[in-house]
Amino acid sequence: MMAKNMKMRARFNDGITTVKVLMHHPMETGRRKTDDDVTIPAHFVQVVTVKLNDQVVMESQWGTGISKNPYLTFKLTNAKVGDTVSVAWEDNKGEQSESSIAVT
Amino acid sequence: MHRRQFIKALSSTLAAVWLAPKMALAAIWNKPVFETTQMTQALKDLGADLAIKSDKIQIKAPDRAENGAIVQLEIDSSLANTESIAILVEKNPTPLIATYNLVEGVAGYVVTRINMADTSDITVIVKAGGVFYKNTKNVVVLESGCG
Repeated sequence: MMAKNMKMRARFNDGITTVKVLMHHPMETGRRKTDDDVTIPAHFVQVVTVKLNDQVVMESQWGTGISKNPYLTFKLTNAKVGDTVSVAWEDNKGEQSESSIAVT
Repeated sequence: MHRRQFIKALSSTLAAVWLAPKMALAAIWNKPVFETTQMTQALKDLGADLAIKSDKIQIKAPDRAENGAIVQLEIDSSLANTESIAILVEKNPTPLIATYNLVEGVAGYVVTRINMADTSDITVIVKAGGVFYKNTKNVVVLESGCG
């Protein structure tokens, strides 16, 4: 899917690269109801994979307890300015998105 | 997740996957532990039921959250060789919120935003050097964030 589904920033400072990610996703728990009392089906990100220059560095799994439009910060200890950080997610409906950014 | 745990989880959920083909696409997702409603079961499934309390796991979260739909927390583990982090909220319908497997070159640090159904302890489990550690932080929730 489209990269516009994620906003990313990767800043190198004093040996550590701080990566901030904001995803666009409804994160429906499957327990919420509409005004007509119809249950909204679960729709949430389950697996998030982070790569540094095509090497997997972190694999995260999420349940329904992550907030809508998920926000995530993590720190890379081996990254350098110019390296590429990519984040990919897959949700319970099999939808996917991937986005990457250069470390600055 | 380790291969053995994965295979175990996969085989136990094979029937459910068979009935819900869409789940097969997310087969590596650890379904049983994310869907359990019991905190003790979740901790057991993670292998962390005997986790040792450690102040080297810092949890920054508000003491009181107006809206349980967005509670931001910052986790900082200064334990050497932090391998993975898990977040659990005991009073949520399904306590396990997230797991972070730090494969290589990732600090024991994560910021995320979570849903909280009610006032509860947030439990953070850290696996470091093959040993499970834990710490907790209580958050008072004024408005439930689990629809």
